[in-house]
Amino acid sequence: MLDNTFSEIVFWILATLSISSAILVIYLKSVFRSALMLLLSFVGVAGIFAMINAEFLAIVQVLIYGGGITVLIIFAIMMTQNVNQGNQGNHLQIIALFSTASILSILTYSIIQAQWDILPNDLPDPIVNVFINSPTYIGKLLLNEFVLAFEIAGIVLLAAIVGALSLVRDD
Amino acid sequence: MLERLLIISAILFVIGLYGVLSRKHIISILMSAEIMFNAANLALVAFSRYTIPASYRIPSTSLSPEHLLLSGQTFAVFVIVIAAAEVALGLALIIAIARRNETSEITNLSLMKG
Repeated sequence: MLDNTFSEIVFWILATLSISSAILVIYLKSVFRSALMLLLSFVGVAGIFAMINAEFLAIVQVLIYGGGITVLIIFAIMMTQNVNQGNQGNHLQIIALFSTASILSILTYSIIQAQWDILPNDLPDPIVNVFINSPTYIGKLLLNEFVLAFEIAGIVLLAAIVGALSLVRDD
Repeated sequence: MLERLLIISAILFVIGLYGVLSRKHIISILMSAEIMFNAANLALVAFSRYTIPASYRIPSTSLSPEHLLLSGQTFAVFVIVIAAAEVALGLALIIAIARRNETSEITNLSLMKG
């Protein structure tokens, strides 16, 4: 819960951390360093998750993104040749800058203008209970309401493993 | 609070989109796509934490409160699973391309360019 000045400060530090390291992912010359900056950005977003009552997702984020995906990316960087020629831009840079800046301004305008139906600050007890015990409830949801999606996610992971192995096989 | 989180998520999404559009190195493009996944996750979690689902107002709803309040987080778990599968496949493709063509820049890959 964000209720005092200290958590405001922590929130802004995490937000600046994740956004500035995401910018550095794009702008650093060395691909290896930008992979490390990607890890920093993931950790910042995990901290924001932990601040808005999504502790389970914060842990999952650190485990899977920080521990799995970043390490995989660093492995791939080391296994591909000519890494040292660096991370250059292509000829679309200026068009990309303008179009993404206009998308950002449209998104920001519509976020500020919209009338959000926001939960009240003093939450009733059943809702607070759900947020405190969120891992239990997420587990129950995964095995009851979302069980089909859960099983399909397992099949997708299996297909991804088999596909990745058959792609990199020596033949 | 919701607006702040959504604006942070929009900024992250746009940074990722710019990276996908403007970089040459394939691994940079993959990392930018990961930033976009992350931004979408942040928006999902922010919505599930701070907004009231419309069906919560209907008295005769059969959905439990945890279904209404935590389905955003559950959805984010699935997004993370898909992102992990995508990274594994994408990196395998990158290694296969680097073995075959000795390149890791997207501008050099023009085999299917017509």
